[in-house]
Amino acid sequence: MTPVATPFFFYLFAAIMLIGGILVITRKNPVHSALALIVALLAQASIYLMLYAPFVAGVQIILYAGGIMVLFLFVIMLVSIERSMKERQFNSQWVAGTVAAVALGGLFIAVYAKAEKIFPHHAIRITPDELLNTQGVASMLYGQYMFAFEIASLLLLVAIIGAVVMAKKRI
Amino acid sequence: MHAIIDYISSYLTSDKTPGAAGNMFWVLVYIMLVFAGLSVAVIAMNWLERKILAHMQVRLGPMRVGPHGLLQPIADAIKLLLKEDIMPAEADGFVFWMAPLIVVLAAFTVFVVVPFGPTHAITDMNIGILFMLGVSSLSVLGIVMAGWASNSHYPLMGALRSSAQMVSYEIAMGLAVVSVILVTSLHGSGLYGVGGAGAGDGTLSMIGIVRAQQEQGVWFIFKFFPLGLIAFFIFAVSMVAETNRAPFDLAEAESELTAGFHTEYSGFRWSLFFLAEYSAMIAVSSIAVTLWLGGWLRPFPNLLNGDTWDQAFSFIPGITFLFFAAICFYNAVRMPKHPLFRVQTIGLFGFGVVLGLIGLALFVPAVSIRVQDIFWFAAKVSGFMYVYIWFRGTFPRYRFDQLMQLGWKVLLPMGLGVLILTAIFGLWPSIQQLIQRLI
Repeated sequence: MTPVATPFFFYLFAAIMLIGGILVITRKNPVHSALALIVALLAQASIYLMLYAPFVAGVQIILYAGGIMVLFLFVIMLVSIERSMKERQFNSQWVAGTVAAVALGGLFIAVYAKAEKIFPHHAIRITPDELLNTQGVASMLYGQYMFAFEIASLLLLVAIIGAVVMAKKRI
Repeated sequence: MHAIIDYISSYLTSDKTPGAAGNMFWVLVYIMLVFAGLSVAVIAMNWLERKILAHMQVRLGPMRVGPHGLLQPIADAIKLLLKEDIMPAEADGFVFWMAPLIVVLAAFTVFVVVPFGPTHAITDMNIGILFMLGVSSLSVLGIVMAGWASNSHYPLMGALRSSAQMVSYEIAMGLAVVSVILVTSLHGSGLYGVGGAGAGDGTLSMIGIVRAQQEQGVWFIFKFFPLGLIAFFIFAVSMVAETNRAPFDLAEAESELTAGFHTEYSGFRWSLFFLAEYSAMIAVSSIAVTLWLGGWLRPFPNLLNGDTWDQAFSFIPGITFLFFAAICFYNAVRMPKHPLFRVQTIGLFGFGVVLGLIGLALFVPAVSIRVQDIFWFAAKVSGFMYVYIWFRGTFPRYRFDQLMQLGWKVLLPMGLGVLILTAIFGLWPSIQQLIQRLI
């Protein structure tokens, strides 16, 4: 099927994502923040769908919205909400934060201004055939980027072992 | 006007799902049909569960409202709608309000990709099974939100248990599903048939998975026997845990947590949780049917093939409905002859007539050829529904540490083992070549 009203949906999902992101950092109640983050992640999944990447969108929903956020909520639910609601929101790193935000914003503007140069049209290989998206991801991960993929899995293994070592008193 | 009729009738000749054909009218029709069918199924399931459980425990179950309590679910629904909707004073209003909505939306949205037949699905996605797993995993969020927003002890405990349980069993479930997806890429046929050295592309689409079973001529539960069976067993156990049903219903263990995460809910909101629980059960059962039991395919497609057997099997839907009608007539005759029961007797007789007419309509070839896919799918799913009730009637509830032990120490390693063995079986010819070259 040909895409319908692409700009409309892009702006819609981008707006949802931005509103969700702003709510994450402005809500005092951590559970509300986590829920806003879920909304932002789901909107992000929709934007992946618009970019002809259904597999990435599905994985985004399963892993982030369904898996990681549940664990987030799991931890947050056990925190005493009454105390954290009364506390003033604080940010002792505001100098570093401002510098990082300005640098990131500058980078975005630079990329946006020089998009044609950095990403020339012939370098972007879009496969509009979204039916082959999953197979494409698989053959890239297990072909061209096998080494990086295995390194990443090793990193995750180290993280798991580290968590077990730290959590268990006697192994 | 003519253009609209053309637009509507143009779909009738296509052999695609309405979503794939891009016909909005039929998409809406299918959505409404699926929604209505699902609601009826949940109502029927409510009655059947109470009735079957009662008979397993040598009771009669609901008998008062309607003949044999047939109208009990409707009476329950009216009661729930008329009940006062109470929200605890200390509850988090917005989250409390959102939680049942999220659970219901997640439970119903998955039916977008469920293939009731080669063309009888709302749409077919190339990431169908991922979509189903992903959206059904979102229902955990609703449960966690409900438990937390109630601001009460039992719901919080229930939500904690439920989320831990669902997150742990999702992994075992995913591994079982992956081994099936692996098998779809092998284009050989038969129990141990493999596709040679270069196995082709697999598929994640629900319709594609059933078509792969049709091409390979074997339901995936029997593929690489007993590997398919073990994968199916892992899925079957974790799907019961995933839907928080007995014997894994720790999230709503009545004797410990009153009702778990939905203790503070009442009236219509509670009925939304109820609706979501049953439609989630139907959803995971349809995943199991699609992945392992050949979806809409009729039983014994290879052993009993040919036109004669096709003809014979096409009579089964009609015969089933006539059988149900006969049960209705039998019970209508056996109703007490007291004048007070006259209305009920006539009602049961009328219900039997309706079922009989549906059965007779299913004997018309033009009808049965279009509907028998849906019939076989529904028959397989209702088998699962019966097993759910059976579990509830027979198994005692697991303890939480036993539940976690089963999930992480038994099902997860089993799933990994099945996955590795399936891969080895699937690529056996090329592994054989490799061994020969090495020797």
